Amino acid sequence: MDTQFEIKAAPPHGASPSVWRDNSETILFVIMAVGLIVAPFFTYPLFLMEAMCFALFACAFNLLIGYVGLLSFGHALYFGWGAYLSAYAAKSWGLTPELAILTGTATAALCGVVAGSLAIRRQGIYFAMITLALAQMMYFFALQVKLTGGEDGIQAVPRGFLFGLIDLRNEAAMYVVVLAIFLAGFLFIYRIIHSPFGEVLKAIRENEPRAISLGYKTERYKLIAFVLSATLAGLAGSTKAIVVQLASLTDVNWPMSGEVVLMTLVGGLGTIFGPIVGSFVILVMQYKLSVVGEWVLVIQGAIFVACVLLFRRGVIGEIAAKLRIKL
Amino acid sequence: MKKSLGLAALAAVLVCGTASAQDIKVKIGVLTDMSSLYADVGGPGSVAAAKLAIADFTKDHPNVKVEMVSADHQNKPDIGSQIANKWIDVEHVDAIVDVPNSGVALAMSQLAKQKNKVFIGSGPASSDLTGAKCNANTVHWTYDTWMLANGTGKALVKTGGDTWFFLTSDYAFGHALERDTAAVVEKAGGKVLGKVRHPLNTNDFSSFLLQAQSSKAKIIGLANAGGDTINAIKQGAEFGIVKGGQKFAGLLVFASDVNALGLKTAQGLVLTSTWYWDMTDANRAWTKRWQAERNAPGKFPTMVQAGVYSGVLHYLKAVTALKSAADGAAVVAEMKKLPTDDPLFGKGSIRIDGRKMHPAYLLEVKSPEESKYPGDFYKLRATIPAAEAFRPLKDGGCSLANG
Repeated sequence: MDTQFEIKAAPPHGASPSVWRDNSETILFVIMAVGLIVAPFFTYPLFLMEAMCFALFACAFNLLIGYVGLLSFGHALYFGWGAYLSAYAAKSWGLTPELAILTGTATAALCGVVAGSLAIRRQGIYFAMITLALAQMMYFFALQVKLTGGEDGIQAVPRGFLFGLIDLRNEAAMYVVVLAIFLAGFLFIYRIIHSPFGEVLKAIRENEPRAISLGYKTERYKLIAFVLSATLAGLAGSTKAIVVQLASLTDVNWPMSGEVVLMTLVGGLGTIFGPIVGSFVILVMQYKLSVVGEWVLVIQGAIFVACVLLFRRGVIGEIAAKLRIKL
Repeated sequence: MKKSLGLAALAAVLVCGTASAQDIKVKIGVLTDMSSLYADVGGPGSVAAAKLAIADFTKDHPNVKVEMVSADHQNKPDIGSQIANKWIDVEHVDAIVDVPNSGVALAMSQLAKQKNKVFIGSGPASSDLTGAKCNANTVHWTYDTWMLANGTGKALVKTGGDTWFFLTSDYAFGHALERDTAAVVEKAGGKVLGKVRHPLNTNDFSSFLLQAQSSKAKIIGLANAGGDTINAIKQGAEFGIVKGGQKFAGLLVFASDVNALGLKTAQGLVLTSTWYWDMTDANRAWTKRWQAERNAPGKFPTMVQAGVYSGVLHYLKAVTALKSAADGAAVVAEMKKLPTDDPLFGKGSIRIDGRKMHPAYLLEVKSPEESKYPGDFYKLRATIPAAEAFRPLKDGGCSLANG
């Protein structure tokens, strides 16, 4: 609320810049959407599809940390189990991809309800630790049960036919589907943040006791936000399983939870476009640097340190602050 | 006379001309773990091995133009699959080799089938690659879990290690290894006295080791991998298990692990391997070249790295015979048709299910006193002929075996 007020009060730089300023988010969204439509003609589509899945995952995570101020260290649980169930449904039950993705998403939502209702009873570091503990529990569960295929994962997941009609083995068709899911997920998050419900979430982030004193049942708001975030993370994981055609332990293990934190931090915490930029940055690094071998982790670490020391608000956060616009 | 010389020269020019017109282009991708737990087993050493194979082959076949790329799959199947997809689609890679980590390898095998390319697995362990999940585009080169379990289990019982206790990593891989080895041990007339399951990536093996010690079994089978095996052996040395007369049998241990552990800690450990650098003159000569290539005189190649060399060499032979690398399934069929023969693994063959057949060796780690020079790790306890070393074709459940 405060930031909005500040921007309105900023001295106007003539009529046209303020049009840009007021609509900065819409403009950037259009640029992003057009960019993603054109991008597959210039880069490798499979990479873009996976990057969009991770971007959605980071956006879902950002919904929780950026707008409710809850740091979850266990988001790999929803992402990974979403991926597992989606892969399993598509492979073993022979469901069509949209149903498989729904199955995965529903699983993540269910996990979110259980984990969320336990975790939101505690604040700060305790909250983070509970989410981490539950995620590790489910990681070891994934390691043991037959459904996940242990360390081999679920391989050769069929992409199938969307609605039984469109062959997703065609890269273009798959790309359109992933783009649609990504944009829908993004707009949904945008809608949540800018709804009255989202305003309450931000109020809880700024000062929870005050929100309680105003009569909001903050626990409920937090739980709903948690479940929404988990569900969207599951949607991202489920889609990824169909795109990459596999689900593996990597997706449920704790480094994945750390990676999503890194993506969000690099892009800009609490900015709506930040996590998208962050996830693209991290993924490009992972693929481009895979040629240099053991240096990947070192370079990743250096970039993280540089990010924390030099631009603490993340890439998008710094740009937004410089231009004094909302992104 | 002059005329005939001129004709001969003309003919020579023509022959050379046609030869260069028939240049065969091949691109090989080495996908391996450069930064994590398998980096010493495969990693940069596998890249060096592939380079040596390409150099050796192109020396005799100058018309074959081989390019090589390499990348780090970071032990993540989706990164591996992403890289491989791009290699095949954009960079026109014809074959993917090495790939330690069974999860990534199974993804590669599927991808090779889907895009009709070739996958030569030297790094992965899973015997499913030539079993239930086999396909006509995959060759599994160096070793597999069945061979490790069978080799170590059977040969040890035969040479006196007839009572066993298992230390098993508590997940599917460990369970499978334990089950397979126990079956072999019992079939060979040995007895399993007990077993204990430990969680994955454990730091404290003391209670498990005490149970193993009190079981009085002659052999403690380590049905685990990587850091767990290393930790169990280290702590076992502290408990004086080997000094007390018991022996560790490592079911998944590589020369690089032994080198890292040191002979003092690892002495007495029994393991199965399909290749050891100090076994023949050819191996020793190759090891020198490999060390020079890597500029790492203190390192010794593992069987996985040797397998990369041998696999790439045979792949190039098959491609040259077909004069094209375009059709992956055809290349693999040709690889199966041609007998294998190279300085490291000697003469062998590739079975219909994609299994490369060669002998396996039961090795025991020497004590520091027995070891004469750096890298003098093992003494040979038994040789298992190729036909017995690997799972019989009919037991694998590979669909190619029936058709």
